Amino acid sequence: MKRSRLIMRTSILAVIAIALAYTFYSNFIADRSVARAGNDAVNFALQDLEGERFELEEYRGQGVFLNFWGTYCPPCVKEMPIMEDLYEEYKEQGVEIMAVNVNEPELTVNQFVNRLNLTFPIAIDKGMRVSDAYGISPLPTTILIDEHGEIVKVHTGGMTEGQVKEFLEMIKPGT
Amino acid sequence: MKKVTCECGHKNPHGTEICESCGKPIEENLEQKKLLDMRYEGVARRSQTYTTTIIDKIWMFFSSVKVGIWLIVLTLLASALGTLFPQEMYIPPTANPSIYYAEEYGYLGEIYYLLGLHNLYSSWWYMLLVAGLGVSLIIASLDRVVPLHRALKTQRVTRHTNFMKRQRVFGTSSISQEEVDSTFSKVRERLEANKYKISEENGNFVAEKGRFARWGPYVNHIGLILFLIGCMLRYFPGMYIDEHVWIREGDQVVVPGTDGQYYIANDRFLLEFYDENDEIFGEAIERSGSPVVKNFQTDARLYERTDADTVGDLGELVEVAEHPIRVNFPMSHDGFNFYQLDYKLNELKTMSFTLENKETGDTFGRMDIDLYDPEPSYDLGDGHEVIIRDYFPDYFLNNDDVPSTRSKIPDNPVFIFEMITPETPEGEVSFVGIRQNLEPLGENDYKMTFVDVETNNVTALGVRKDRTLPILIAGGVIFMIGLIQGSYWAHRRIWVQRISGDVWIAGHTNKNWLTLRKDIDEAIKETNLKSPLDQVEEKEKEVEVPNQTNKNED
Repeated sequence: MKRSRLIMRTSILAVIAIALAYTFYSNFIADRSVARAGNDAVNFALQDLEGERFELEEYRGQGVFLNFWGTYCPPCVKEMPIMEDLYEEYKEQGVEIMAVNVNEPELTVNQFVNRLNLTFPIAIDKGMRVSDAYGISPLPTTILIDEHGEIVKVHTGGMTEGQVKEFLEMIKPGT
Repeated sequence: MKKVTCECGHKNPHGTEICESCGKPIEENLEQKKLLDMRYEGVARRSQTYTTTIIDKIWMFFSSVKVGIWLIVLTLLASALGTLFPQEMYIPPTANPSIYYAEEYGYLGEIYYLLGLHNLYSSWWYMLLVAGLGVSLIIASLDRVVPLHRALKTQRVTRHTNFMKRQRVFGTSSISQEEVDSTFSKVRERLEANKYKISEENGNFVAEKGRFARWGPYVNHIGLILFLIGCMLRYFPGMYIDEHVWIREGDQVVVPGTDGQYYIANDRFLLEFYDENDEIFGEAIERSGSPVVKNFQTDARLYERTDADTVGDLGELVEVAEHPIRVNFPMSHDGFNFYQLDYKLNELKTMSFTLENKETGDTFGRMDIDLYDPEPSYDLGDGHEVIIRDYFPDYFLNNDDVPSTRSKIPDNPVFIFEMITPETPEGEVSFVGIRQNLEPLGENDYKMTFVDVETNNVTALGVRKDRTLPILIAGGVIFMIGLIQGSYWAHRRIWVQRISGDVWIAGHTNKNWLTLRKDIDEAIKETNLKSPLDQVEEKEKEVEVPNQTNKNED
C-alpha cells in the first residue's frame, strides 16, 4: 500500500517533470534552425549562372562549401575574391564551392561576377526557396557539408582568408 | 500502514478526523464540544500524513493549499509587473531596447530593462512560476479528490451520536412511539418530493442531494490544467506558427514555417477609402481631416507543391485556395490562417526611359526596365541600343566611395547605361538615377530621358497556425462547467435517526444553510418534530444578548 503509493507519486511527478523539462528545453535550449552541425544537409537543386543544374546530392563523395550571399552585403563581397583564390586548389582535392545569391536581379549578379572575375559556380535562389529551407537569415552564412552529405559547421558572418582555408580543409574528403 | 479502527468496525487511514463510515470523531476530537470541522469530510489528506522520502516531501509541498495560494499571488504580481511598460515585442521594431526603455520611461524604464521585465512572459522564471502553479493544481486536487470520493462512497446511514450532536444544524424531538413510523415515512415522502435521495438502515435514514456539486472544484481544476497543457504545447514543434511574409503584387513567395510546402501569391493589394462626397457621412469624414480607410485587401492565391522533393526545384504547384484577405477575414487552409497585417504602397516596379538626342531633342524608342529583373540590353531600333552596364537597386556610395546597393529592394534605383547610336558607335556612358543624370566619362551627345514609372503595392500577411486552440477551448469550457457545478448546486445531507427513544435530526451542507433548514422545516411540517437549530446562529445570539444588556445599562 505504502509502496504502491510511492510508485504512484513517483510516476506522476516523473510525467510532469518530463513534460516540463521538454517544454523548457524546447523553448530555451533547442536550436530549431534547419541547418545545424550534425544534421544531414537538405538536398536542393539550382541552376547556376551558366545554366548548369547543380544538385547537392550529386556531390556525394565531395565536400561542399555552400555560401549564401548578396551584393548588398559588404562582408559577402569581401570574401568572394578569397573564395575565388582558393577555388581551383581545393576543387582538385574534391571540395566544391557553391555560392547562392539571395534572389537579386540576374543583371546585378552577372555584373558583379564579371567585375570580380569569379569562376566558381554561382546560382540565384529565385523565390528564396533554398534560403528558406536552410533557414538563412543574416548574410553571409556558410554551410560546410562533408562527403557524406552531413553538415559539419554553420558559420554566420564574414570570413577571413585563414577561416576560408580552414573551412575548406574541414570538408576535404578522406579527412 | 497504520489504520485506525473505529468502534463501528470501519478501518480508517491514519490521519482521519472523522470516521469515514459512521462519522464518529476520532479519539482526540471525541471529547470536544465544538462543531465538527466537516472540510473534506474529515478525511486524511494523505500527503500531510506521511513524509518519509524525498518524493513524499515534493508531493507534500505541492499539495499544500498555502503553497498554491502563494504561487497564485506571485504569478499575479509578476503578470501585473509585466504590464507596467510595453513588452519588447510592442516597442518600435527598429528601436534598441537597451536605449529605448531608459529614454522613454526614465530610471524606472532602465531598471525594467535591466531586470529583464521587457521580456517577462517568456522568461524562464515566469514560466517556472506558471509550471509550479500547474503542478500544484494537479497534486493538490488529486490529494483531495481521491479520499473525498472514498469517504462519500463509504459513508453509512447510521451515524455516531457524537457526529450528529456536533453538526451545525441539529435538533432532537420526543414523540410517542406510535407516531414514529408514520412520522418517518411522512418526512421521507416529503424529502423525496423535494428530490432528495433516501438511504435507509435500521430504521434510520439519510437524505442526500446534489453530491456532484462537490466535484465542481475538481472539474474546474481539470479545465485549468488542460488550459495550461494547451499553453505548454505551443512550445512543441509543429503546434504553433506565427510568422509574417511580405509579397509584392504579382509575386509569389514560399510561406515561412511550411518547409517549402506552400507558396502564396499576391494578385492585387487594395486600399479603399470611404467616399468623401457621401451624403450621410461626408461631413464626418471631412471633419476627420484625412480620408478614412474602408478596406485593406489582398487578393491572394495559395499554391501547394506536389511532387519535387528537391528544394529549389519548383515541381508542380497546384492552386489550393484563392481568397480575398481582409482585416479580420483571413484566408484559411489546412490549419493555416493568413491575416492582413501591413502594406506598403507604390513601391517602384518598372522605370521607362527613352533615348534622346540632346541637340535636336529627337527621341528614339522606349525601354521599360523591370526593376526586379532588368534585361542586359534594350534594342531601340534603327541602330540604337542601350546596354545596362550596372544596376544598383538601392544605390549608395559605400565607405570606399564605390557605388553599391543597400538592399535588393529598388527604393533608389541607379543605372549605368551605355548608349550606342549610329552617330556614337563606340558608346556613351551615363549614370542615371531618380532625378540624377550624370556623365562620368565626359560630355555625351545623347541622354536617357525619364518617361514613366510604374509602381505596385506590397502586402504583409501574417501566417498563423495554432493547433492548441481546441485544447484551450476545451479547457475553458470544462473550467466553466466546474465553476457552475460547484457554484449553483449545494451538497445537502439530512440525517434522521432514532436514538434512545428520541428522534434526532442533523443536517450538513457545503453552503447556503438557510435553504437546508427550510428544506428540513418543509419536510417535518405537519409532524410533531421540532425544527432543528443552527448551532452557529444560536451561539452568535448568546454573544449578542449580553452586549445588548450592557448597552441598556449605559
